Amino acid sequence: MQVNYWNKAIETIDRQALRDMQLRQLRHTIDQAVKTHFYQRRLGKVGIQSGNDVGSLDDLQKIPFTTKDDLRQNFPRGLLAVDPEQVVRMHSSSGTTGIPTVIYLTQEDLDQWTELVARSVVATGCTKQDVFQNMMSYGLFTGGLGLHYGAEKVGMMVIPIGGGNTQRQVQVMRDFKTTAVHITPSYLLHIHSRLEEFKVTPKDLFLRKAFLGAEPYSENTRCKLQDLYGIDAYNSYGLSEMNGPGVAFECVYKQDMHIWEDMYLVEIIDPATGTPLPDGEKGELVLTILRRDAMPLLRYRTRDLAFLHQDPCPCGRTHRRLSRILGRTDDMLIINGVNVFPSQIEEVIMGVPDVGTNYMIRLDKHESLDRLTIQVEIYSKMFTGDASEIDALKNRIKERLKASITINPQVEIHEPGSLPVFEGKARRVIDNREKL
Amino acid sequence: MKITQISVFLENRKGRLFEVCSLLGQNSINIRALTIAETETFGVLRIVVDKPEAATEVFKKHQITANLTSVVAVEVDDRPGGLAAVLKTLSDHDLNVEYMYGFVEKATERAMLVFRFEDPDRATKVLSAAGVRVVTESDIRGL
Repeated sequence: MQVNYWNKAIETIDRQALRDMQLRQLRHTIDQAVKTHFYQRRLGKVGIQSGNDVGSLDDLQKIPFTTKDDLRQNFPRGLLAVDPEQVVRMHSSSGTTGIPTVIYLTQEDLDQWTELVARSVVATGCTKQDVFQNMMSYGLFTGGLGLHYGAEKVGMMVIPIGGGNTQRQVQVMRDFKTTAVHITPSYLLHIHSRLEEFKVTPKDLFLRKAFLGAEPYSENTRCKLQDLYGIDAYNSYGLSEMNGPGVAFECVYKQDMHIWEDMYLVEIIDPATGTPLPDGEKGELVLTILRRDAMPLLRYRTRDLAFLHQDPCPCGRTHRRLSRILGRTDDMLIINGVNVFPSQIEEVIMGVPDVGTNYMIRLDKHESLDRLTIQVEIYSKMFTGDASEIDALKNRIKERLKASITINPQVEIHEPGSLPVFEGKARRVIDNREKL
Repeated sequence: MKITQISVFLENRKGRLFEVCSLLGQNSINIRALTIAETETFGVLRIVVDKPEAATEVFKKHQITANLTSVVAVEVDDRPGGLAAVLKTLSDHDLNVEYMYGFVEKATERAMLVFRFEDPDRATKVLSAAGVRVVTESDIRGL
């Protein structure tokens, strides 16, 4: 199999040399981190004043974990480690319970991220001859812009179309002979289901590769997509706190994702105890970003469950491979690639007058896409006998949810007392989608 | 001479209309006129019954979401043009119909029309003055 590298020296670096590099970068990262009040205090408590206090990579275990809550509590600039005028970009998550998580990048940080994305797309066999249609949303979400710059760096022609508008996507794919796409697996399935309507068959397209990301999916779904379009589909992994896409990517062998270890220190821990687990065992992925001066994060708990492969990959890259994401340690839902916590939905529903206090969240697949349905009970006193008023109430709930979580839900109104009542811990989410 | 209509919120579930109607039957409440306004996920059942107070009590007891609305019912001859004649009167007096539904009374050969107006009192006056027979609460009980 043809194996291409973007940066062969780093991608095939000897493991010992990689560890030496990681230690140097960890020391540098700690020097950056202690410029923030947050890390100065937190590292001070475990006797680390500067990078020099770290003797070996084993000392990483002394460092306390950083969590999403830490990011929220330090909103908006508490974790910024450089002079604000050095910052050239910010990205932000949607505001779970009101407070978004923000990341900052200097130009050099952006270049580092772009380097990883360039390595990733070249690992899938892409070259400057490829035409790349980026169907991930641009904007605060990192999925769009993240891939964009890396693909440009490689010299691919980038079509920055963003998400949605299926008819236009297909037309553009055909007109510009798109060879590679970055897309959620459910949207790629959905496009296929509509090709006939546009009188197009996969053979009319020039597609060769798809980078799949932003939501969990099974190996079966990958195989199905490969067969439907006659393409190679590559799994990818990223999270905004760690810059975004490009954290880990599959190579042409498609046997799980190389995680770029010169950029990230990777740990798998037991989520209950925090104890590190050996390669091969499933646990929570914990990452330390090694090359981001604007906003260092040490031992960040991703809440994603995965394992690391022990054996080397036939492609020759020495960076270890991460399994697909096998679940979450929290209740976060991924709906068409958008991360949503049930608490966000609850907050919106409870903020709408005339809605009872009981509600349910249901997730189904509809035409290959995720569909979110909110079931609420009508508040008896608010019923005037007019159906249009209930429709107006439904629309109010829909609009507020759309504004808050950027997802357009279905809303079902039920009679009071008809939804299940929970005496213990409420289980309000019913997920009917395919289990991995 | 307004009469009482009961609107019942029905979620879109198999057997729900049956349950509501059964309750009325078990309590010897007779439905005089009925219509359903439906949407994708729920319906609103609108009924005129012979014992509106009893029906309200039954619904309350069974936690059925219901609401009382004043409507105007008239009787017209069950023949072509019967409804149009009434509507002309309303139109001439600038009375807007929010919604309406009709019912045929076999025994009398007349049709009962139920109207919802923004101003039921004025509508009643206009219709009575035009010689339209407006149905009273006691008519409904005795039908």
